[in-house]
Amino acid sequence: MSTQLATRSTPTGHRSLRDRQGNAPRRTRFNTFSTGVLTIAMAIAMVPLFLIIGYVAYRGYGVIGWDFFTQNEPPYRREGGGYAAGFFGTLYIMLLSIAMAVPLGIATAIYLVEYGTGRFALVIRFFTDVMTGIPSIFVGLFVYGLLVSGWVTWGFGTFVAAVAIAIIMLPIVTRAAEEMLKLVPDEWRNASFGLGAGKAQTILRTVLPAAAPGITTGVMLAIARGIGETAPLILTALGASWIVTSLQGDPQGAVPLQIYDGARQAFEAGIERAFGGALSLFGLVLIMVVGARLIGARANKRKG
Amino acid sequence: MSVLSPQSGPDLKNRSSSRFADPMFRWLVTIAGTTVLIVLALMVVRTVQEAWPILQHEGFFGFLFGTEWQAGYSRNEITGTYGAWPFIYGTIVTAVVGIIIALPLALAVALYLTQLAPSRLRNPLSYTVEMLAAVPSIIFGMWGFFWLMPNVLRPYVLEPLERAFGWFFLFEGPVYGTSYLSAGIILAIMILPIMTAIFREVFAVNSIDQQYAAYGLGATRFEVMRKVILPSSFSGIVGGTMLGLGRALGETVAVLFLVGGAQTLSTSLAQPGNTMAAHIANTFQDASPETVKGLMAIGVALFIVTMTINVLARLLVWRLGRMTGDSAV
Repeated sequence: MSTQLATRSTPTGHRSLRDRQGNAPRRTRFNTFSTGVLTIAMAIAMVPLFLIIGYVAYRGYGVIGWDFFTQNEPPYRREGGGYAAGFFGTLYIMLLSIAMAVPLGIATAIYLVEYGTGRFALVIRFFTDVMTGIPSIFVGLFVYGLLVSGWVTWGFGTFVAAVAIAIIMLPIVTRAAEEMLKLVPDEWRNASFGLGAGKAQTILRTVLPAAAPGITTGVMLAIARGIGETAPLILTALGASWIVTSLQGDPQGAVPLQIYDGARQAFEAGIERAFGGALSLFGLVLIMVVGARLIGARANKRKG
Repeated sequence: MSVLSPQSGPDLKNRSSSRFADPMFRWLVTIAGTTVLIVLALMVVRTVQEAWPILQHEGFFGFLFGTEWQAGYSRNEITGTYGAWPFIYGTIVTAVVGIIIALPLALAVALYLTQLAPSRLRNPLSYTVEMLAAVPSIIFGMWGFFWLMPNVLRPYVLEPLERAFGWFFLFEGPVYGTSYLSAGIILAIMILPIMTAIFREVFAVNSIDQQYAAYGLGATRFEVMRKVILPSSFSGIVGGTMLGLGRALGETVAVLFLVGGAQTLSTSLAQPGNTMAAHIANTFQDASPETVKGLMAIGVALFIVTMTINVLARLLVWRLGRMTGDSAV
């Protein structure tokens, strides 16, 4: 080592800056190696998504057709038929839960951004974050214990299922709306006040429209999450393989529930239908997520 | 040039109907804000109340560590034996397997995305990883059960492990396919996006000055990651890992497909077992009122654990600013 340094010194006797230290090749090799490892990890992380999309599409596409959306499911062992009941139930449940979660979530976000100060708002903000981590099956148990057969005994049905899904969607909507409301510049609020608008008017006519695209993104992500939830529906909707129009009191069907039931039977026809259901559910979710990204990106561009 | 007619004075005043608009609006949104807390409080009260007879019958620790689960079929009294340990054990084991696999992968992906990825690829790549978070749990379950397990896990993971380490209690056979390990692997894939999203945010707030300083001293990129970014992000990494753990503990349907639903406790990772969430979903559809109370008790235990982990994780992460992992809810 020392001899090496002596031979590579400058005329003045100092070590040359061009001189590479003894461990430099090792460090370079290690750096290259780690870059390779990280790149491979990145590649590995992307594989499952494409495998899932490919497999579900491969198994499901043969089942999907007009009948799949318009007919009810026959017994599991028989072929044909479809998930009409499930699609109707999912649509019904989602409409109700959107009607519950979106206004409540946006109102909570307005409170947090426009009114909330101090400890109370901090607590709400914190527990909204914590709420996203509550197991969905527990939400189902809670709604069961509160509404289905507990404090009130409304029985299984569309409405209680929608309550469960709304509880899952609520924190997602709230957080997205909160972030978006925060981005609206204060000058806009002041301009509105200056024109003589009250606080409520300012928020409803100026702040909310400005934040609308971002909030739409959040709502669509929340829908994507809610539409695929299975566990809470097992405990609140229970499932039906015919179209149920009543708001409450009769077990309601949903696509995830029909998939769940079909996939757990030993009959090939039922399993194939379940993959058809999975493919259409996946399609809906992807449309929501990609749509949300596009709206979000456009809103960002306009602002930038 | 047009001249606006001057407004008469009284118009500027609040008319009686709109005078209350502001205070009413304020009240409305405050009530909405309080709903979150009310719902959480109701959750605790309601489920504990429902589960109380079981906890009383078994005793708190008897319930947690009892190894026998024999559901009763009575309408108004407790006749069965309720020991939740097999399910609690399965929940912990599967979640830990998931974390062990997902943590290094998520760290590597987050480092790649923040430090190495070409800037044009950065967004598409992170969208692709985060898109995994949008896949419904039931689709993970079906894919895992019908494709991953027979094509990958059985021939390339479970059976080789059993052949090589079958003498060791962790990998004892026989191999059925559904097992703690299979469930853990599917959990690893499921929690990868949330952990990556949090880590990415954590690395993004890392002091850029320190990184430049390290580069200025001649550090390689690997050394900057290893000696600057990772150490100073430690609490964020712990927080993100705990958030992933919370998700893994509560995951239901995908685990249900892959864990096998055995009611017995097995120490081998290659054997089927059961988790708390999966057991609730699995038995609910044909449960008697008494069994439902037992399931409520499991739910309460699950809630306490996930809630504690989530609160701790959020506290750790909040200190660095509000990491949300929003892109991967």
